[in-house]
Amino acid sequence: MVLWCAMPMIMVVLCWLVVEPWFVRPIVMQTLGSVAGQQAGAPAFQYLEIRNIAAGVLPGTSASDAVMHAVEQYKSLLRTASMAFSVMFLMAGVLGFYRGYKKLTVDFPAREQVEKFVRFFLLASSMVAILTTLSIVLALVVEALRFFKHVPLLDFLLGLKWSPQVAIRADQVGSSGAFGAIPLFAGTLLIAFIAMLVAVPIGLFSAIYLAEYARPSVRSVTKPMLEILAGIPTVVYGFFAALTVAPLIVKVGGTIGLNASSESALAAGLVMGVMIIPFISSLSDDVINAVPTSLRFGSLAMGATRSETIRKVILPASLPGIMGAILLAVSRAIGETMIVVMAAGLAANLTANPLESVTTVTAQIVTILVGDQEFDSPKTLAAFALGLTLFCVTLALNFLALKIVRRYEERYD
Amino acid sequence: MILFNEKLVRKRNRAERRFRAYGILSLLAAASVLLFLVYTIVSSGYSAFFRTTLLMDVQLNAAHMDITSPYTRDVLMQGRYTSLVKTSLYARFPGVSERRERRALSKLLSPGAELVVRDYVINHPESIGATVALEVPLSSDFDQLYKEHLPRTGEHIRFSEVQLRWFDQLQEEGRLNYRFNTQFLFGGDSRYPELAGIGGAVVGSFYALSVCFLLAFPLGIAAATYLEEFSGNTRLTRIIEANINNLAAVPSVIFGLLGLAIFLNVFGLPRSTPLVGGFVLSLMTLPTIIIATRASIRSVSPGIRQAALGMGASPVQVVFHHVLPAAMPGTLTGTIIGLAQALGETAPLLMIGMVAFIANVPATPLDASAALPVQIFLWAESAERGFVEKTSAAMMVIMAFLILMNILAVIVRSKTQAKVE
Repeated sequence: MVLWCAMPMIMVVLCWLVVEPWFVRPIVMQTLGSVAGQQAGAPAFQYLEIRNIAAGVLPGTSASDAVMHAVEQYKSLLRTASMAFSVMFLMAGVLGFYRGYKKLTVDFPAREQVEKFVRFFLLASSMVAILTTLSIVLALVVEALRFFKHVPLLDFLLGLKWSPQVAIRADQVGSSGAFGAIPLFAGTLLIAFIAMLVAVPIGLFSAIYLAEYARPSVRSVTKPMLEILAGIPTVVYGFFAALTVAPLIVKVGGTIGLNASSESALAAGLVMGVMIIPFISSLSDDVINAVPTSLRFGSLAMGATRSETIRKVILPASLPGIMGAILLAVSRAIGETMIVVMAAGLAANLTANPLESVTTVTAQIVTILVGDQEFDSPKTLAAFALGLTLFCVTLALNFLALKIVRRYEERYD
Repeated sequence: MILFNEKLVRKRNRAERRFRAYGILSLLAAASVLLFLVYTIVSSGYSAFFRTTLLMDVQLNAAHMDITSPYTRDVLMQGRYTSLVKTSLYARFPGVSERRERRALSKLLSPGAELVVRDYVINHPESIGATVALEVPLSSDFDQLYKEHLPRTGEHIRFSEVQLRWFDQLQEEGRLNYRFNTQFLFGGDSRYPELAGIGGAVVGSFYALSVCFLLAFPLGIAAATYLEEFSGNTRLTRIIEANINNLAAVPSVIFGLLGLAIFLNVFGLPRSTPLVGGFVLSLMTLPTIIIATRASIRSVSPGIRQAALGMGASPVQVVFHHVLPAAMPGTLTGTIIGLAQALGETAPLLMIGMVAFIANVPATPLDASAALPVQIFLWAESAERGFVEKTSAAMMVIMAFLILMNILAVIVRSKTQAKVE
């Protein structure tokens, strides 16, 4: 009953929100045009001005008479329109009520109808996930395609030089823009590799210790500690990397005669590794715990020590799960943004030296898109092309990892 | 015949101990990094909760303020307080008369000093003409000097000899005070470190999280309910499931790109607002909530379902009256954890333009605003020495919020669980 009454009303509101600007705008612009002739300035801008004046955001004093006239008309139009809107709103309600009332007979299956509606609503909510993925893909692909009109795909994927500055004026010299993403990929991989060097051993040994050796009291202290490590926001890690770890590396490097950049890949990688430790340890902990106890007992009964059991029985048995965890962690490291934005550099160096400054895909996306952008320049669009690459790579990694983990889970079920 | 090889046993035992030590070492490594991190932040950040003020006698001379009776609010807002502050400062140091020296002297005070005077005059119009003692903030450099964060001597010294002498004189006279800085907790951002506050960013984050919660919580529950209770094992269901799992692992920048391309450019929503930030964050939190809710729905005992069905409840009634309330503990903890993640998320907010310098505390979710993690990023990137402690202090605040949310999650879990059982 309520549904029959409320649904048409909600529909009217939604339609109204969509239709209103389309409906009002041409009328206003027409009068503006007819009163003052075609003025300079884009119509869109004028319309915005009118709306702002009407809403009281802009002071009306500076506007011309023609604009003020249009403002008045806009206001009166809005008044009429909102009146018409309320009438429609009430009418829809009444009509819906009437229809519902007529249907309300003894053998009308009200509950089934409501249930159908609720189920539809639930289905629609779960479609949001698909919608999100679709709009991500759509947004990335559309903008990336526009980018590839300017820069060929192969130049992007295989080019060795990255300097996204494009000449703003045609007569500017020296900044034609180069969009070879290889230095970015290399930098991303270098930092992710350093991070994994830190995270995999520490995370894995922590997991083994927690799962096989630790007493419950130790577990109850260390598990929350790892969770805190996982919960720290990435900006905090970024700040830590940039202001504490990087100067430390420069100092240490200086004492042993190595020349480290103040924005070294090493600083970003080390801190990112710390960030990923809890990720690896909690996933591997689950995986190790899933190994059947019978395997463990069998090995111990044969006289193996606990470390031998772990190394020769448990780890091989849980290897696929651990591989999956590591893959997920790699995808995490590749997609991590704030640490590299704050601690790694912006210069696209193609180097394998961890003490030098490198840049990554995510850092470039952020630097390109923060601040003002114009939406036709290849520089801005390049960010979307990078985003698409990142999305595809992480998607593939996640997909692979989930597949491995799932197959592993089935093995011991 | 088995020979008891003592050497081999010893070797194996050594290997065992070594292996165990690796585990302890890696846990210790993780713990020490955590401690080091927290120590760095707290030690460099706690001083930002305080600031140095100068107790100054200000003669509220109407002529100096350039105001005439009646002293309405508008008149008082327009008064010239800069000269008033400067005159009062010069009055403390009668020997300083040269223009250049006076300018150096006025560098001791923050531009916020005149605002303190203005606010006092507006609140106490009756005191115009009298001389009052007011505490006004020192400028950032001298605040840092007081806190001993900046050296008095050395290569990159920021103070002249005479400025240091004035400073010492004020300190000896007991005119300098070290006060709790409420402006830091409740004020908006500022170009001047001593006046900058995180109030605006906290409110912005609060709005964004509210929008995120209002969207993601009902949608997440609805989606999880559908997947657990009403969908068969159809192709569509499997696609939705795969989608959710993948979304949970998509890097956050990508969500930022989505927000930029779809919410801002296609739908034309206003830039830099907590509303759009909340939209983007809700898409990111959705998978977390769905996964947590599904797990807790699955753990509801089938007995409850069968009993309700047996009493004649329809499938929808079973779910909404019995299963979902029983699954609430898990759902709520999942939601709070998701929101805690969203609170710390920075990159997507950068993409939708929440990095603008905004000095006001936002009044609605439609006002341009900063968010807490973005504020940290902005301050971390600024060169001034005074912002370093602000950055660390803001990180202390955000981590305090995160810890609060996690404690809340634990409490909610134990409270509601007791009720369900």
